[in-house]
Amino acid sequence: MVGDSPLEPEALTRWATRPECGAVVTFCGTARNSSTSEHEIQALEYDTSVELAEDRVRQVISLARSRWPMLGAIAVHHRVGLVRLREPAVVIVVSSPHRAAAYEASQFCIDTVKRCVPMWKREIWEGGSAWSEEAQDLLSVDDVGAGK
Amino acid sequence: MTRLLLLGPARTAAGVRHDEMPGGTVAEVLAAAVARYGAPFEEVLSVSQVWLNREPVERGVEVGPHDELVVLPPVSGG
Repeated sequence: MVGDSPLEPEALTRWATRPECGAVVTFCGTARNSSTSEHEIQALEYDTSVELAEDRVRQVISLARSRWPMLGAIAVHHRVGLVRLREPAVVIVVSSPHRAAAYEASQFCIDTVKRCVPMWKREIWEGGSAWSEEAQDLLSVDDVGAGK
Repeated sequence: MTRLLLLGPARTAAGVRHDEMPGGTVAEVLAAAVARYGAPFEEVLSVSQVWLNREPVERGVEVGPHDELVVLPPVSGG
């Protein structure tokens, strides 16, 4: 779920496609060349503790399943290390019998991953790098479940 | 000595990812870290969460040689 290998959204989408599910939503968060800084970004580098991050990802998936019990498959994969432009840094795939739940759960998962998973993005440009200024206080998944 | 794991901006401010620090409580270990790494680390620490092993912890809690303190600055994943 969290590692330095390139992510494979197509393979995850195939894995999540089930006979009982008429909807599969695949979200890819990709490295882009702009940010709140003035620099043209050339790559991103993600840092984490894999053990801590995977704990939180599992909690996010568990909460999503409790909110949308009809879901088929859920996959949340986050890459660490160097991610070049246009490569996915995070892939979330959700399947469901109907599209509404799949869309809602997909959005919930990425929003909650960004608030609850210990992960840090370093922006790299020609001649320099810095941690992203778009950082947020780390919440617990219980906080999100309670609507905080 | 308690193990210290410094992530993201905390790692950059300290210059190391792993370290070991003296101290019998969370607060004492963090004070030792500030003394070792200086003001940039203290600034990051002031906005960070601190976990003992895998859970958030209060500063007065006692720690031992098998514990790991983790410094987690505001996050920017996804």
